[in-house]
Amino acid sequence: MADPLLRVDGLTRRFGDLTAVDGVSFEVRRGELFGLVGPDGAGKTTTLRMLAGVLSPTTGDALFDGISMARDPERAKPRFAYMSQRFGLYADLTVEENLRFYADLHLVPRAERPARLERLYRFSNLEPFRGRLAGKLSGGMKQKLGLSCALIHQPELLLLDEPTFGVDPVSRRDLWLIVHERVEQGVTAVVSTAYMDEAERFDRLALLHQGKVLAVDTPAALQASLPGEILEIRTDRVREAREAASRLPAVRRAAIFGDRLHLTVPSAADAPGVEAALRQAGFEPREARPIPPTLEDVFIERIAAAEAA
Amino acid sequence: MSAPVAVEVEKLTRTFGDFVAVDAVSFAVEAGEVFGFLGPNGAGKTTTIKMLTGLVPPTSGTGTVAGLDIRRQGREIKRRIGYMSQLFSLYADLTVEENIAFFSGLYGVPRARRAERRDWVLEMAGLQGQRRRLTGDLSLGWKQRLALGCAVLHEPPVLFLDEPTSGVDPISRRSFWDLIYTLAAGGTTVFVTTHYMEEAEYCHRLALMNRGKLIALDTPASLRAGLREPLLEVRASDGVKAVEALKGAPGVAEAGLFGRAVHVTLKDVEAAGPGRLAGLLRERGIAVESVEPIEPSLEDVFIALVEQAGGAPVD
Repeated sequence: MADPLLRVDGLTRRFGDLTAVDGVSFEVRRGELFGLVGPDGAGKTTTLRMLAGVLSPTTGDALFDGISMARDPERAKPRFAYMSQRFGLYADLTVEENLRFYADLHLVPRAERPARLERLYRFSNLEPFRGRLAGKLSGGMKQKLGLSCALIHQPELLLLDEPTFGVDPVSRRDLWLIVHERVEQGVTAVVSTAYMDEAERFDRLALLHQGKVLAVDTPAALQASLPGEILEIRTDRVREAREAASRLPAVRRAAIFGDRLHLTVPSAADAPGVEAALRQAGFEPREARPIPPTLEDVFIERIAAAEAA
Repeated sequence: MSAPVAVEVEKLTRTFGDFVAVDAVSFAVEAGEVFGFLGPNGAGKTTTIKMLTGLVPPTSGTGTVAGLDIRRQGREIKRRIGYMSQLFSLYADLTVEENIAFFSGLYGVPRARRAERRDWVLEMAGLQGQRRRLTGDLSLGWKQRLALGCAVLHEPPVLFLDEPTSGVDPISRRSFWDLIYTLAAGGTTVFVTTHYMEEAEYCHRLALMNRGKLIALDTPASLRAGLREPLLEVRASDGVKAVEALKGAPGVAEAGLFGRAVHVTLKDVEAAGPGRLAGLLRERGIAVESVEPIEPSLEDVFIALVEQAGGAPVD
């Protein structure tokens, strides 16, 4: 890869008998929005803590623009921002006082502060609350303030650990807007999430499961890599229909979503056959159509493949 | 064919001083339905759930849960519902079986039935092989299955779940929802509150609240099909500039970044067709790769409905 900003190589961290992160390798290009995607316990937080130089790897290393985060994190610190899940906001300071505090901490020149605050307020929609105590903000607004504080020194690299955890969809959209805006300005970001529906926002992502990387690619390439097609079929008696569909040789996987089935089949050409078979079994399938696979579908396929190997 | 009603509320209202937390909300949920309850923070979801579970009395309006009056029979209701949240505190230092025994006692399961209920829960949740393991040693997916099992030991006709599969891996999530569907098929009504559209997709119907009011109630597919404002995805050389150019352009309701792409909701398709938008961007010196209509996600629908209803509450 041409000139990655971050090169993660065989990163491993053990806690006693538990290997939380197990030989993780990937590269992040300059200006890329990169995702670490996986369920709780997949190793996302431990990986990010090692990338931020706050936790030493057992083996392996992460190089940030050539700087070893295992051995020399202090040299890199002025150039990146790390927002952990428990970001240190001061509950008894107002929104604006928190921003000013972080600006002081990072030695942001006074002349530049008004413009930076203005920009952060514009994207976070926090301006009406500038005089409110941080402790009195809702969860979503706290996250937005934490992110704004992390961005005040205009870092080159953002490391964000589940910034949207527990945040409602409206605040979540604001948070992503702040991230996207920075990335459009050339900042590189590594963001973790357990939510598959957020994964489509990334330029590229690593799917993490039980401490290991299952795949690294663009969302589109991961979706295209799914063998076969997903058929969505509405049907009556959906649980029985799923049982019947699972027994069809063409159906590799069958899941229920409300009154619809999602069936993984070799190709869209299998749709009429599957529908006919369900009808013959006494069901009334309708509105069968191929749907684009979600990253959740891809993840399930990859986990199954990893476990079979 | 219509199933009996398990939850019904009529003009349910709750005020706290001057603040109307829940404002004349009416809906009915059938037995065996998986019913999703969505809304931004402060929309009134929690207060509604508290009224349904007999924790907060309504200021006005009426409601029944499992045939019991929420105004007069709050105590009985608590014994006829199950509740599971992410914060559900199983005892980490008890075994699976010991947790089940503990919650059987708590929910007043008759002694004669406890062994049968325990076996049912172990089988339903697929936990037979783990019965003597310490709960703290189980994976998150197994803990959630056990928590669900404990919440239904007393066979409640109505089950409340709060973001039940948050953070679990996708395979565990699917098998968890299979359990939910099994319960629903047995007649249990399942009330799911969540912020996550990937959970909402599993529900039969979704209710969306904003500013105390019920602003939408339909199946996920119909909500998606009913989005009045079409959605275009624009790929351009500079997303931030494209958003600035498109915001406020004729026919455009909203423009925002989604990854590298710009998602544009239209209020007037005539005034803002793909050709026009591309032309407008090129005039500003922004190179356009593509402008294509896309199918809205549930999250797009959710946000559009909240905006139409006056935007999320500012707390």
